[in-house]
Amino acid sequence: MIANDIQILMPEIVLALYAMAALMAAVYTTKDGMAPLLTWATSGLFVLLAVWIGINGQGTNIAFDGMFVDDGFARFAKITILLSAAAVLLMSEGYMQRRGLLRFEYPLLVALAVVGMMVMVSAGDLMALYMGLELQSLALYVVASLRRDSVKSTEAGLKYFVLGALSSGLLLYGASLTYGFTGTTLFSGIIEATADDASLGLLFGLVFLLAGFAFKISAAPFHMWTPDVYEGSPTPVTAFFATAPKVAAMALFARVVHDAFGGIIGDWQQIVAFLAVVSMFLGAIAAIGQRDIKRLMAYSSIAHMGFALMGLAAGTVGGVQAMLLYMAIYVTMNIGTFALILTMEKDGRPVTDIHALKSYSKKEPLLAMIMLVMMFSLAGVPPMLGFFGKYAVLLAAVEGGLAWLAFLGVIASVIGAFYYLRIVYFMYFGEDSDALDGRASPVLWVTAVAAGLVVGLAWVPGINLFGLDPIAAAAAATLVN
Amino acid sequence: MGNILSLTTFLPLLGAIILGLFLRGDDDAAQRNAKWVALVTTITTFIASMFILTNFDPANPDFQMVEERPWLLGLQYKMGVDGISILFVMLTTFLMPLVIAACWDVKTRVKEYMIAFLILETLMLGVFLALDLVLFYLFFEAGLIPMFLIIGIWGGKNRIYASFKFFLYTFLGSVLMLVAMVAMFADAGTTDIPTLMTHSFGTEDFNILGVQIVGGMQTLLWLAFFASFAVKMPMWPVHTWLPDAHVQAPTAGSVVLAAILLKMGGYGFLRFSLPMFPVGSEVMGPLVLWLSAIAIVYTSLVALVQEDMKKLIAYSSVAHMGYVTMGIFAVNQQGIDGAIFQMISHGFISGALFLCVGVIYDRMHTREIDAYGGLVNRMPAYALIFMFFTMANVGLPGTSGFVGEFLTLMGIFQVNTWIAVFATSGVILSAAYALWLYRRVVMGDLIKESLKTITDMTRRERLIFAPLVAMTLLLGVYPALVLDIIGPSVSALVGNYETALATYEAATQFAAN
Repeated sequence: MIANDIQILMPEIVLALYAMAALMAAVYTTKDGMAPLLTWATSGLFVLLAVWIGINGQGTNIAFDGMFVDDGFARFAKITILLSAAAVLLMSEGYMQRRGLLRFEYPLLVALAVVGMMVMVSAGDLMALYMGLELQSLALYVVASLRRDSVKSTEAGLKYFVLGALSSGLLLYGASLTYGFTGTTLFSGIIEATADDASLGLLFGLVFLLAGFAFKISAAPFHMWTPDVYEGSPTPVTAFFATAPKVAAMALFARVVHDAFGGIIGDWQQIVAFLAVVSMFLGAIAAIGQRDIKRLMAYSSIAHMGFALMGLAAGTVGGVQAMLLYMAIYVTMNIGTFALILTMEKDGRPVTDIHALKSYSKKEPLLAMIMLVMMFSLAGVPPMLGFFGKYAVLLAAVEGGLAWLAFLGVIASVIGAFYYLRIVYFMYFGEDSDALDGRASPVLWVTAVAAGLVVGLAWVPGINLFGLDPIAAAAAATLVN
Repeated sequence: MGNILSLTTFLPLLGAIILGLFLRGDDDAAQRNAKWVALVTTITTFIASMFILTNFDPANPDFQMVEERPWLLGLQYKMGVDGISILFVMLTTFLMPLVIAACWDVKTRVKEYMIAFLILETLMLGVFLALDLVLFYLFFEAGLIPMFLIIGIWGGKNRIYASFKFFLYTFLGSVLMLVAMVAMFADAGTTDIPTLMTHSFGTEDFNILGVQIVGGMQTLLWLAFFASFAVKMPMWPVHTWLPDAHVQAPTAGSVVLAAILLKMGGYGFLRFSLPMFPVGSEVMGPLVLWLSAIAIVYTSLVALVQEDMKKLIAYSSVAHMGYVTMGIFAVNQQGIDGAIFQMISHGFISGALFLCVGVIYDRMHTREIDAYGGLVNRMPAYALIFMFFTMANVGLPGTSGFVGEFLTLMGIFQVNTWIAVFATSGVILSAAYALWLYRRVVMGDLIKESLKTITDMTRRERLIFAPLVAMTLLLGVYPALVLDIIGPSVSALVGNYETALATYEAATQFAAN
């Protein structure tokens, strides 16, 4: 029996063992000298694991009496997490190296965070959920303050830690209330206990749980840490925050509301819809005044989480499918955008002021073009990929009877379009300036071009998003019954 | 020839890709090559579109040359052409070579300029040929990107304000349409346009926040589509982006905007609002008619006091589009025939008028009417051509402008006499502002020092105007050329509309009894 359980858990175990072994190896040999090698090895391992999970995964497997669930939904989320983490690690190597930040702990902390995320999306029990979440969070707190001689970076780490601890507290409180009123921490037990009706105490538990998740996906009104942490962390770390952890937390959110509280959709639907509306509008409006592109991307991610939540709020298979698709597209757009942000520098120092992008299109026509594609995609303008994500969640919302939510969502997206257009305006219409002189390293260049091609062209008939939407549909079907 | 429609649509894109990948450098030779590649591409596209026209059977009101293949998210990539869309396709392919030729003197970022126009052509053709809701939306909305860049990069002094206003205004309109499209998919289970035309959307009245919605879901869907098309058209009072965009856009951008992009609104009403939401159209129709009448009179009066030539012509465009919306929502054969005719004819005339402004703007770099006067003394050929198109704009019999206005007025007269009376007064007002503009710019003595050395039109400029003059005259004296092609499709549209309304009225009466 136990051998079978371990078999199911194998990818997580491999990754965790790798992280520990690599840590030992680095400590006892050249320490930071091994960092570049470890970075490449870690991202290579991520890709291998993603391929392994993709090829090997069959059906729904349950390990440790329901504590750990390996189903199509979890595999979809894990592959997205692993691939995005691999891309971000590769992108960060050159940047970290040149600024003396490439410590050997960095790739290993990312690897441990990824183990946490993989446990999160596979959690079938509140305890497993919390274990995964904390493993992820602890690694991320450290990574955020990686630049330990910088006030901003340490401030970011500390802020993230304090607010993260608060959210974990809320989550635990919710978990204990849930346990108290249902007598079990297993999702399968909770859904049985709530089959007909939920008691008021359980609803309190649900609200606290959701508030905790909202912190992790940075949905408004629990978003306060996001802009500061995004701004203070080294840019590659920001890129990482904006991608994999968001997918993991969103998948966890979907898992809990459907697997544990699928019987009382009406009760959580209004909370999720509320989070969605507030996030979309806050993300759209608050970003208008931002000059720092990392803060801007923070607000942008808040708005995008609002859209993903819109799909979830529908409470249907279509909704989960739309959410998965939206997250996959969101991650692709963010990797492309951050690859470009990483190239923004002057005299070797990173620049994050969007005014520095003035007349970027004259100096770097290709990169500016890709940035333009990314911005229009983030704004949800067709034919870019972002539009199809938006279309999918709008469809899910309307089919789920939430037409008003779809209506508010598109209004917010028009407001949000303004600041994406402003970046295009700086790059293409702005007067000449020489605020940037960085050149894209080969890795960044390839990542940016690949992301640009995918985001700009994956809709072409014949490519059809690489067949991603039927896979997302199958994944969603395993979660929602 | 099974995929002639896709071929025509994506030919310009192919040209743009070739330009983007293979053209290097920014010297004179590279600039010339860019222009020639763009010109050859647009001419080839025009020839390809001639094949569509010759293969088209006007007697058949259904969609022809249909292509279909699976697409993402359960959608279909489906293209097809019918009597309503084919002439817009021809208009686009016909005008684009002239547009490219009109920007022959551009010196900044020529390659990018050409790429923007070629991509824009693909997107415009796609709008008229798409037979899937989301595919239509994709082309419709994506057209904003190149136009935003054309205004923003190559535009005038105040281009940034104008480009943002253009983008956000139209974007707001279209996202509401997107929600409606999603709701239609949720209701009908398909995004196939021909199927949706036969699907009847709910007409049960219901309440939203205490407001009784007559015509129910159809009215709501109609309103959402109206938000998009009315802004695009543009209709009073959401027209304010147009004068700004026109004034700031470069000449070629203005031509495309006035001649083709505005027609997407009218096309949208004919393709979606009337056939899919007949009850919604019937409920909201009077509103459109009154808005059109106001637009015709009000914007004509506003045009009278303009000091900028482009702004004057922009307001005149709004007035002329008023006839189009009026004709469409008269919903009879003459009205809709006239509306389509007016759109095609306005494509030639307004395009030519913006080119006329461009001719003297290139020489004097000002669009102020006061800066000119007496041009006839040094520019006789220009004076003649400008005269011709001014008259066509006024609607002089013998030019295509007359046929469109006359047919729409005839259509509306059968529906609502008062609106016909108001709209007819617009004909007089248009004569007032157009002729006054002509007098101030062209007639009189040449007293301004700066104009003493102005030169008449070059051979290239005359060549650009020649096809426009020919088409305006041809359609003016032989309108059957257009009406024979659109006739069967329009009468099918009107027939279906009346059947749907009769069913609805029978149902409501049945419910009342």
